[in-house]
Amino acid sequence: MKLEGKNLTFSYDKQGQAVFRQVNLCLDNTEKAALMGPSGFGKTTLCKVLAGYVKPQEGEVLLDGKPLPEKGYCPVQMVWQHPERAVNPRLKLGDTLADGRNVPDRIIRALGIEEDWKTRYPQELSGGELQRFCIARALGEGTRFLIADEISTMLDPITQSQIWTFLLEEVKRRQIGLLVVSHSEPLLEQIGARRIYFGGESKPSCKK
Amino acid sequence: MKTAGKGKNMRQRARFLLIIAVIFLAGVAAAGVLCRDAAMVTDFSRKDLAPCLKYPFGTDWLGRNMFYRTLTGLSMSILIGVCAAGVSAAMALVLGVAAATLGKKTDSVISFFIDMVMGIPHILLLVLISYAAGKGLKGVVIGVALTHWTSLARLIRGEVLQLKESEYIQIARKLGHGNFEIARKHMLPHLLPQFLVGLVLMFPHAILHESSITFLGFGLSSEQPAIGVILSESMKYLITGKWWLALFPGLMLVLTVVLFDLGGTSLRKILDPGSVHE
Amino acid sequence: MSCDHKHHILQINNLSVSFRQYENGRSHRQIDLPVISRLSVSVHEGEIVAVVGSSGSGKSLLAHAILDLLPYNAVCSGEIYFNGEPLDKDRIARLRGKNIAFVPQSTTYLDPLMKVGRQVRGGRGEGRAKKQRELFRRYGLGPETDGKYPFECSGGMTRRVLLTSALMGDPDLIIADEPTPGMDLELAKQSMADFREFADTGKGVLLITHDIELALEVADRIAVFYAGTTVEEAPVEDFRSEETLRHPYTRALWRAMPQNGFIPLEGTQPYVKDMPAGCPFGPRCQWYSRECAGEIPLKRVGCGTVRCVKCQGEEVHIHHHHGDGNYHHTHGRSPEEHVHEIRMGDRT
Repeated sequence: MKLEGKNLTFSYDKQGQAVFRQVNLCLDNTEKAALMGPSGFGKTTLCKVLAGYVKPQEGEVLLDGKPLPEKGYCPVQMVWQHPERAVNPRLKLGDTLADGRNVPDRIIRALGIEEDWKTRYPQELSGGELQRFCIARALGEGTRFLIADEISTMLDPITQSQIWTFLLEEVKRRQIGLLVVSHSEPLLEQIGARRIYFGGESKPSCKK
Repeated sequence: MKTAGKGKNMRQRARFLLIIAVIFLAGVAAAGVLCRDAAMVTDFSRKDLAPCLKYPFGTDWLGRNMFYRTLTGLSMSILIGVCAAGVSAAMALVLGVAAATLGKKTDSVISFFIDMVMGIPHILLLVLISYAAGKGLKGVVIGVALTHWTSLARLIRGEVLQLKESEYIQIARKLGHGNFEIARKHMLPHLLPQFLVGLVLMFPHAILHESSITFLGFGLSSEQPAIGVILSESMKYLITGKWWLALFPGLMLVLTVVLFDLGGTSLRKILDPGSVHE
Repeated sequence: MSCDHKHHILQINNLSVSFRQYENGRSHRQIDLPVISRLSVSVHEGEIVAVVGSSGSGKSLLAHAILDLLPYNAVCSGEIYFNGEPLDKDRIARLRGKNIAFVPQSTTYLDPLMKVGRQVRGGRGEGRAKKQRELFRRYGLGPETDGKYPFECSGGMTRRVLLTSALMGDPDLIIADEPTPGMDLELAKQSMADFREFADTGKGVLLITHDIELALEVADRIAVFYAGTTVEEAPVEDFRSEETLRHPYTRALWRAMPQNGFIPLEGTQPYVKDMPAGCPFGPRCQWYSRECAGEIPLKRVGCGTVRCVKCQGEEVHIHHHHGDGNYHHTHGRSPEEHVHEIRMGDRT
């Protein structure tokens, strides 16, 4: 399976300056890639475009040659940087987890989510614990690509390595394509991701 | 915080106040219905009596028991208030949600109506609508219902707009959940407390406005023992020194309104999680 | 040893903060949640001390506790000394913004409707204006910056405006709460260089951050925050290898860093409601034994301190190791303090 972005251009208002222009990139479901570029070049926005959260002004996102589905489960799932904003504060975490589609119990156990946490509200758990829920929720059985936008930036190194050790194993096992954004060079080294540079002068392109 | 352990905490106090308010208001509403007939009895042998043990609120120029009349009037006001505020709140919910979810055009139209209704002096609009709808009970209910929904509708619209942009709802959408599912699971828990509190806090307004237009003569007809009628009639007798005719009904009206307000505020304190920890 | 410290600018002994709150969203029962317990950390002149802990673990409350900015439902106990004298409510009210400055986490602390130059000056007078211009010049903010509104400033400029604003009162100590998120690496490094320069003039910086890599680059000493307390305080050199570190948690933290092997440790930080007795790291520790459930003394090992019974070192007696003055009394912030002490005793 292949996730492709073709000639993506995005700006927040119609007259305004584009956040990015004419970006091309592609990702296979067997590979791990890292999106590189200076801050302020719209990496998060590009992630949202690729996961179908926002529509680009120009260009298209294709999954095996077809546009992303408008309705129903999106095979491209994204995990956000701030877990505390990505869960509903008025729902118990078990209910939030139930938003995911057919998340295998194996994943919930492997992420170290304890039974007791499911009956708690988000404000009672730490960022690292919430992020585990967000990751589990995004790994339903229909997921083919996972976009991870600075998912461990706010976490301590131990939680970070727990989460990444699990994720790397999981994407390998299920052949999920992984797109990572991280400012931490040593972390990208450990993930072993192909680098996709964009922003400024260099423009990524599809080699295949 | 230092006296923790002694006394009650904020939530316990709020719950206590809420219960008191509900019991009192329900009591008044029920008692008023029960003594409706007694309130109509005229007896010239006991006319113009000052408050005494037998007639705690005194009697009027037709010898009617003012205590019964006040209770009946209040109970009518409460029932009308509850009814009109309920309709108004339902309108607010529907219009607020519609404005936020049905696209830009619907939003502009509904927002325009909100601004328009809020822009006209409240009592004026109330009098106009009530008069056009044929005065009387129907006129009052329609008038109050059509004028009180605006601020709650605006609140709900804002809340829904904000919720729609929240990350967790966007994520739920990408996880394949439909609009109805998202509204039920993700939005309702945020909207319900706002709606309930808004509804309860609307009661005192509705009651005051009902009494006002009745007092002005555009509301309930003068045979009805409504608070507005009682107050406007007693105006004529105030100069002759029959102070009890206006004082007790007036005080009871204030008490009712204050209790509704207290109940609403208590409800808000109880429903708002994580807000205060006093 | 060379690590005998110079003058203490800030010293915190056994600071505890707990919150009285409702058990959950609806409940009317209130409980006390201990968020910080028996935390000790100190800042000496010329030093940047970083308090490192994961986000959401309550370390920001440390800054708020020092500055007396805690919300009304917080109960605070312990000792805080500033320049050798107890820092009580009155004193912090006088020193805040002058001798002790705060660089907040959020850039929204600036008034959006006031030009930044005026905002930083904070009042009239030629002296202030001169000083503000001098500070702006020193941190690379040109004269045109004076007339800008906060929304016209870039992220990096806003950071520097906040820093100069903190420096206006000639502080001896800056407390910075997560000053770097949202900045790219260059900017973060620049802003750390600004703190370095400030500390080098004989002042102190208490840096509260989740970013251990950043802390390792800039700080002189690192205090490791775990489950509401500092388990270890160590010179930054000790982080070069695992062997020089003291606490098992710090070692696990070191091993989990991507550049040091990326080896995860199982489990999560205990939740404040079910904190284990004794050492909070106990349940995850491979060297756990029965004595870990008891009182955990603060020990000095080398140039750092550690709260671990397994470490060989001399116990630190808080009430006596401060040389110059008579600080044997505890400065009570609230009557709860004594109650708290007893409760701690009971539990252990």
